[in-house]
Amino acid sequence: MDFNDNLPIYIQIMNLLKSQIAAGEISGGDKLPSVREFSKELKVNPNTIQRAYQELEREELVFTQRGMGTFVTEDVEMIKRLRKDMATSIVKNFIEEMNKLGFKPKEIIEIISERIGEEIE
Amino acid sequence: MKHMVEIRNLTKTYFTKRALNNINLNIEEGKVVGILGPNGSGKTTLIKILTGLLRQSKGEVLIDGHKVGTYTKSIVSYLPDRNFLYTWMTVKDAFMFYKDFYRDFDEGKFKELLDFMQLEMDMKIRTLSKGMHEKLNLALVLSRNAKLYVLDEPIAGVDPVARDQILDAIINNYNEKSSMLITTHLVRDMENIFDDVVFLKNGEIVLEGNAEVLREEKGKRIDEIYKEIFVV
Repeated sequence: MDFNDNLPIYIQIMNLLKSQIAAGEISGGDKLPSVREFSKELKVNPNTIQRAYQELEREELVFTQRGMGTFVTEDVEMIKRLRKDMATSIVKNFIEEMNKLGFKPKEIIEIISERIGEEIE
Repeated sequence: MKHMVEIRNLTKTYFTKRALNNINLNIEEGKVVGILGPNGSGKTTLIKILTGLLRQSKGEVLIDGHKVGTYTKSIVSYLPDRNFLYTWMTVKDAFMFYKDFYRDFDEGKFKELLDFMQLEMDMKIRTLSKGMHEKLNLALVLSRNAKLYVLDEPIAGVDPVARDQILDAIINNYNEKSSMLITTHLVRDMENIFDDVVFLKNGEIVLEGNAEVLREEKGKRIDEIYKEIFVV
């Protein structure tokens, strides 16, 4: 993975895991890679991975079991809320960009329904 | 947290030229610290003082609470920025040499690292490519169970595959009981493995801190901060 954003790396790792959880690539109850494995895979300092896991735990998206590892929450509602939050923030960004281009709400809806119509076909 | 290295008011002059000017720096146990700066900024001078190859003109350096000397040399594992093995040696000769020389040399660890780096005991130093040579040097240095690892430009001039192997080996070797001090000007390639970074310019520390905090404060990657400081 290439860390290109100008964000702290632990936040980029949190975002990576969040989108994998939201997409169902990692399911509730799944074990995350160990700090060491993951730091090797991403080529980042183990303390950075540790920090990302701690922050995810604070957000109650993962939990740690002593001596066993870090696991994704089994709380279905939590995961639903995560999906919703991520979708909302993507839509918010999208609308902001469209506003910058001078599109009115009605036009935005038109463009989206047209595009989605094409995708369904 | 315990300080593995304490540097106070360190100054080094070569006749009239000031290579280091009043450096103050602490390195905590379990941290990977990047010393960043272009050629001639004083990185190697600083490292040579820590490893006992040069003496400071002023100031004090303590490693694990001791002044630089026999004890500190026994707990500091140093990767110089140039080749230090005789070209007539084989990998096995280099291994025996290290094993003989350092009490903390871990044979098992070396064999694992050699395997990982895809090197063989019967290879001749003379025939090694630059990347292989660097990998062998690093395997030797990381095989010591040292308290402080000092790596001077560990990825300079190696190809991307060797570079990744070297980064992996460094990350694998990380442990909470020792510290690592790594100099580099290849900031983009290495910044993700640093806990803390120190920017050295004309022998002075111009910026230091936790890498993640700096990214957050400046809204930039460390290599972008580096360019800002050093490109005039």
